[in-house]
Amino acid sequence: MANVPDKVEDLYRLYGPHPNYEPPGGWDKAAERPPDKLVKTHCSFCGMQCGIQLKVRDNQVVGFEPWEEFPFNKGMLCPKGVKRYLQGAHPDRLLSNLMRSGSGFQPVPYAEALDFTARRLLEIREKYGPDAIAIYGGASMVTEKAYVLGKFARIGIGTKNIDYNGRLCMVSAGTAYRLTFGIDRATNPWTDLAKADVVLVAGSNTAECAPITTQYLWQMKERGGKLIVVDPRMTPITRNADLFLPVRPGTDLALFLAMLHVIVRDGMVREDYVAAHTTNWEAVRDSARDWTPERAAKITGVPPANITTAAHWIGGTDRAMGIHARGIEHHSKGVENCLAMINLFLATGNIGREGAGCMMITGQGNGQGGREHGQKAEQLPGMRSITDPEHRKYIAGVWGVDEKELPGAGLSAVEIMNAIHEGKIKALFSMCFNPVVSLPDSNFVREALDKLEFFGVIDFFLCETAFHADVVFAGSLQEEDEGVVCSAEGRVQKINKAADPPGDARSDALIICDLAAKLGRGKYFQYPNGTRDIFEELRVASRGGLADYYGITWDRIEKELGVFWPCPSLDHPGTRRLFEGGAFYHADGKAHFQTTEWRPPGDPVDAGFPILLTTGRVVSHYLSGTQTRRIGPLVEQYPEPKLELHPVLAGRFGIQNGDWVKVTTRRSEVVIQAMVVKTIRPDTVFIPYHWPGKRGANKLTHRTLDPRSKIPEFKVSACRIERTAAPADIDAIRTQETGWTGEA
Amino acid sequence: MFGNEFYVDPSRCIGCRACVAACSECDSHRGQSMIYVDYLDRQNSIATAPMVCMHCDEPTCALVCPADAIKKGEDGVVRSALKPRCIACSNCVLACPFGVPMVHIKPELMMKCDMCYDRTSVGLRPMCATVCPSQALSFGPPDEVRKGRATTPINEFSFGRELVRTKVFIMLPPEETVLDIDVQDYMWRDTDGSAPWLLEETFMD
Repeated sequence: MANVPDKVEDLYRLYGPHPNYEPPGGWDKAAERPPDKLVKTHCSFCGMQCGIQLKVRDNQVVGFEPWEEFPFNKGMLCPKGVKRYLQGAHPDRLLSNLMRSGSGFQPVPYAEALDFTARRLLEIREKYGPDAIAIYGGASMVTEKAYVLGKFARIGIGTKNIDYNGRLCMVSAGTAYRLTFGIDRATNPWTDLAKADVVLVAGSNTAECAPITTQYLWQMKERGGKLIVVDPRMTPITRNADLFLPVRPGTDLALFLAMLHVIVRDGMVREDYVAAHTTNWEAVRDSARDWTPERAAKITGVPPANITTAAHWIGGTDRAMGIHARGIEHHSKGVENCLAMINLFLATGNIGREGAGCMMITGQGNGQGGREHGQKAEQLPGMRSITDPEHRKYIAGVWGVDEKELPGAGLSAVEIMNAIHEGKIKALFSMCFNPVVSLPDSNFVREALDKLEFFGVIDFFLCETAFHADVVFAGSLQEEDEGVVCSAEGRVQKINKAADPPGDARSDALIICDLAAKLGRGKYFQYPNGTRDIFEELRVASRGGLADYYGITWDRIEKELGVFWPCPSLDHPGTRRLFEGGAFYHADGKAHFQTTEWRPPGDPVDAGFPILLTTGRVVSHYLSGTQTRRIGPLVEQYPEPKLELHPVLAGRFGIQNGDWVKVTTRRSEVVIQAMVVKTIRPDTVFIPYHWPGKRGANKLTHRTLDPRSKIPEFKVSACRIERTAAPADIDAIRTQETGWTGEA
Repeated sequence: MFGNEFYVDPSRCIGCRACVAACSECDSHRGQSMIYVDYLDRQNSIATAPMVCMHCDEPTCALVCPADAIKKGEDGVVRSALKPRCIACSNCVLACPFGVPMVHIKPELMMKCDMCYDRTSVGLRPMCATVCPSQALSFGPPDEVRKGRATTPINEFSFGRELVRTKVFIMLPPEETVLDIDVQDYMWRDTDGSAPWLLEETFMD
């Protein structure tokens, strides 16, 4: 019954997005007197987790000041970090808990929202069993919340079905690193990037999605290092690339296999290292035998000579590094793409040393910490496996329950939505996730949500997914609670509270614990000191696991400006760089080479849909845009989705810069304006995905998953394009969905 | 911060506009940025460049000001126009060789980058150079900044016979070349010009 209440237009009008441009009370008030305090904390957005100081006055965040002492970013920020303070005292902020009524949403007392939610969850559990209830979490919230949400699902409700929005982000990389190295973390501290002689950046729009990494790459370049960029688009870091490999979307694996072919063919394998520290090399070596650069060129569109050069540069130094992101991971062979890239560095011995390693760039704010402690479908805290009897026994002991009470592995994020659509899952409780914008095939997602018998959401703004909810709890922004996050480099950092949640909003962790109490499970969720107590339990729960936090305390983090896990004891310094001396995390201490096999993407081009569509981010927006589409200066910087296409392709279809174009895939269509640029392959178009509704890029994407990681294939769909007229209701769409009137 | 210099390296710029966002946070020009970041030619390139006031030794803007409203401080920083004097005539806007000053309609005042002298005078770096994630804008001791760069800092600019010397340095590559960049230049074609990776239907009319 979770249909969108009332009219969507009314929801947009009431709850936004409305762009906010000025600090609380306006600039004049802001200038009246200095802030009461500066709070040292970290940005609420991407995996860089830059240090930042928030200006606080009258219990409101009113501005920022760089935090130059924090070693990772030394005061540097991107525009999202600079303007994030505008989300705090925002006019769209949810100040009360909401329940669906006959005419939209009505504010209700907290107790009423809790009672209703608990009653509905108990009724549905009674009628259909616990697995008919699913929980969605997210990786933008502190680790303590991710931990307590996982515990709530498993022993608060008793469902196996919990997963999180990191399923759209880090799982291909995580799976590949677990398979090869036995651990899921970036291998090196970021300072190593500046010390490499060669850096291969594959499928990462680093400058826009991890902006602070740019300075590390430029330092490497200033030292005379070489930058190789693999991307179907020239992204801003390409301006200083020494070698640009414009790979056809969906063919990264062919490129990496050919590079390995060259490394083997030209005797650049570090045989001594491979023999001493790895297994399964022969199989991987043989798998590349037929992958000549000439064969790969025909598939990828990258010249054979450039494939050879890239391989020679990596094979010709002992200081090569690789970094990759969603560009190679958002594929139905995302795991294999990562494995094939790792293989290049492992075969050349470029691992586990200063300036040598291969690592993923984690995308979400707590994309690393959020995947370590138990909101993943198959995982328990400390990166333990929910199917391993020993791991289950340990966590059951920490939680004080019988091991038999713990459910098994559940469905992944997209599979949960599929099961809702099939009617197998009847209730959903979601926090920190906006699947209407971020999951593939968004028309399907909306249909599924409308079938739910109960849908509860915790959020600080009414995100487009919450439009479908029966009850919405007003939750907390990152700056309204405290806890830890783990940055892209594996550094556990402290988020400090700057202000109290306004109105009747409250800490998400508190809401979860109150709900557990209403479900009769309160004794397992006793945390009188809030997230601090949760962290102390998490330390113990992670002890002896892969992601061992036992030696990390909030005090240590503050004192040492972050601690790298694994950190098994209080006197352990933390682990900045993994695999030093060839020590890997598998039981045999070795790295396990993994073979890969070429196969085409899940939504292939054909005569009806001949053009490749790929999606991604822009610098001024974050994920589904729930926050950044409400921050005026960030909206103005990139107000609405555009279609990037090459002039050759545009010319074939009579499209000029600024023309309206209908983009159609096997799922749906969108009409957006063309941005004709020579910086994208002529067989590929690009749309950023931060927007909802009629122009959401994810209306077009498909639900094909990687069989192991279950990540959707966002990075390659088949489409067709045609020039068309501007939508008649474009002004209304702009105002509703982007909070932007078209006048910059 | 005595002894520090301001450096602009356009080749490092990634167009993120963190500097623009940060500049607009200043209490003296609330919500307005005094920095420009532009695509040079977006249809043909992703290259962007930031522009701050270059703070000339002999500021043309001050020389042409009929109201004597533009002053250079002892720190070498050329200030925005003095509010009681500025008549918003735009002489400075037209005369500046770098195109920096703007007359703001609402306060009827020429405003421009003042290198955050309020921050530098209390030991802080200018806001834009502090936040810039690519350090295309940077501020620090000359030894430190130059040591880490392969580029050459320049602060003399010829405009015809007019030589302008500035407080701000621009980093230039050792050798400059004119580039026409197209993604197609980096892609593969078979000897007969065909591209097997490309589906013919892509270009069907």
